[in-house]
Amino acid sequence: MTVSTSPAAAQPRGGRAPQKLTQLERWKLRGPLLPALVLTVVLTQIPMLVTVYYSFQSRNLLRPEESGFAGFANYGRVFGDEQFRGAVLNTVVLTASTVLLSIVLGIALAVLLDQKFLGRSVVRTLLITPFLVMPAAAALLWKHAMFNPLFGILNWALSPFGVERVDWASQYPMTSIVLMLTWQWTPFMMLIVLAGLQSQSPELLEAAKMDGAGPFKTFWFVTFPQLRQFIELAILLGSIFIVQTFDPIFLITQGGPGQATTNLPYFIYQRTFRAFEVGEAAAAGVIVVIATIVIANFALRVVSSLFREEERA
Amino acid sequence: MTKLLPASSSHEAPTSGDEATRVPTADTAARHRGRWPLLWSRLGRAGIGLLGWTIAFVLFFPVLWMFLSGLKQEAQASTDPPTFLFTPTLDQFEAIFDRDFAPYLLNSLMASVGSTFLVIVLATPAAYALSLAPVPKWRDSLFFFISTRMMPMVAIILPLYVIANDIGVLDNITMLSLVYTVMNLPIAVWMIRSFLLELPKGVLEAAKVDGATFGVELRRIILPMIAPGLAATALICFIFAWNEFFFAVSLTSTRAATVPVFLTGFVTSEGLFLARLSAAATMAALPVILAGWIAQKWLVRGLTLGAVK
Repeated sequence: MTVSTSPAAAQPRGGRAPQKLTQLERWKLRGPLLPALVLTVVLTQIPMLVTVYYSFQSRNLLRPEESGFAGFANYGRVFGDEQFRGAVLNTVVLTASTVLLSIVLGIALAVLLDQKFLGRSVVRTLLITPFLVMPAAAALLWKHAMFNPLFGILNWALSPFGVERVDWASQYPMTSIVLMLTWQWTPFMMLIVLAGLQSQSPELLEAAKMDGAGPFKTFWFVTFPQLRQFIELAILLGSIFIVQTFDPIFLITQGGPGQATTNLPYFIYQRTFRAFEVGEAAAAGVIVVIATIVIANFALRVVSSLFREEERA
Repeated sequence: MTKLLPASSSHEAPTSGDEATRVPTADTAARHRGRWPLLWSRLGRAGIGLLGWTIAFVLFFPVLWMFLSGLKQEAQASTDPPTFLFTPTLDQFEAIFDRDFAPYLLNSLMASVGSTFLVIVLATPAAYALSLAPVPKWRDSLFFFISTRMMPMVAIILPLYVIANDIGVLDNITMLSLVYTVMNLPIAVWMIRSFLLELPKGVLEAAKVDGATFGVELRRIILPMIAPGLAATALICFIFAWNEFFFAVSLTSTRAATVPVFLTGFVTSEGLFLARLSAAATMAALPVILAGWIAQKWLVRGLTLGAVK
């Protein structure tokens, strides 16, 4: 499309009639896209530019008289802030462990669900439910019903193994958050991997069986390579969402104890709505966006490779 | 386990025969399997089934527990060991509505349904412009949309808050709906696009040859054919909007607060009202759980932006 229209665009403006028609036609093609595009630009790109602007301003909503151009001072302060560095580390730990645990569990469950057994669809329905539960509700549920040191289900379930009165959310805050998030995200990973398993060609599996490959060899040499793309997609999409984790941090640990579970989204939220440090919050936001662009580039490459295959098909 | 059976029982592989003559135990095992292949395959299947059910029960248990606790009296909800046998009561659910749950529910409903409607109205033509009648540089636009979904929401919350405050739309349900619309647009555009690309080309060309205008083509041919896809997209957008917490807690306070914000009112109670919290959480989670169960066939497609069928 781009190739066929570019010669027309290269022609001098205001020439013959056909070219004007082309312009008109172009706007006709753009028409259906515009409303969505305009709304998206207004609500995401303009605020983003404002964030960049704020990040160079010295501004606190509680002290409006002190505002002014600050240069890179906010960035310097953010990078020098131990809490920010802690938040970066926490974000990496939280995202990496949750993604890793949930993808491993998700693959295992997907392989299990790929087998035929009685009531398989009911089991699948039950297994996807944690992903559907409102994250805020799930967070409160885990905080009060699962992690409670006195009557929590987790301690009760672990009591036969000698675990006693553990106050999960304050003794093992990061573990608790990761545990809860893994519970929530395993179904997501499972669904995508399962879609991959069910889309693999039966002929190839049949061929492997004829060649005398056992189930493990078949999985490792035939199924797994075919699944790779799906696993990559699950990991990358999962990472994009899990990096943004906010609800359980806000509701279970409030970023604590101390700063033990403060991740970047919660850090920025605190700087914005608790300290009203607009400049610093904006600088931290810009840094997060730049970091996300790096990750998102990888993500887009994977998505687009899937999407090119779809076009070839 | 089951996949091995045909190889050892019916298919006569020379190596397994050799082994069988040399090792008596393997021989016995093979004969047993040969005699009762059906039984073995059934046992294997039952074992897998049992494993599946056990794991499903363990992972589903917190949800079940939430539901059960909502049916308890406060005293039964926080006991050590947990109470499993009790007379169910709807007292907690009544108590929540006495605590003015209804306005929050209404706000959530308006924000979710309103934004979902808007998303579909905006995303369908956009997806059309990015697939069937592609705009110049359609690929860039497509990736632009998805990049907005990958952008951390925290990075734009501050200006959104300040701008909304300045023009007086803070704590406003229309504002929240618009934010949710933009949040879900990329997913919807990608997903609807994948449905449009699946339409049989012949039908669309026939319509063009018959001189159908865009409006007619859309109403008579495209929309009816992708209606199930639109429904699936709508359900997924509803799920994301209903569950959203970050924008709701940042941009609303009293008038436009949604159900997740209502739930934060339980944060300070430190489990004292566990039964009531469970009832509220059940009410909050139920619509999406039901929607998700119904739409599970399309869930993957929505979650992977239409990249995986």
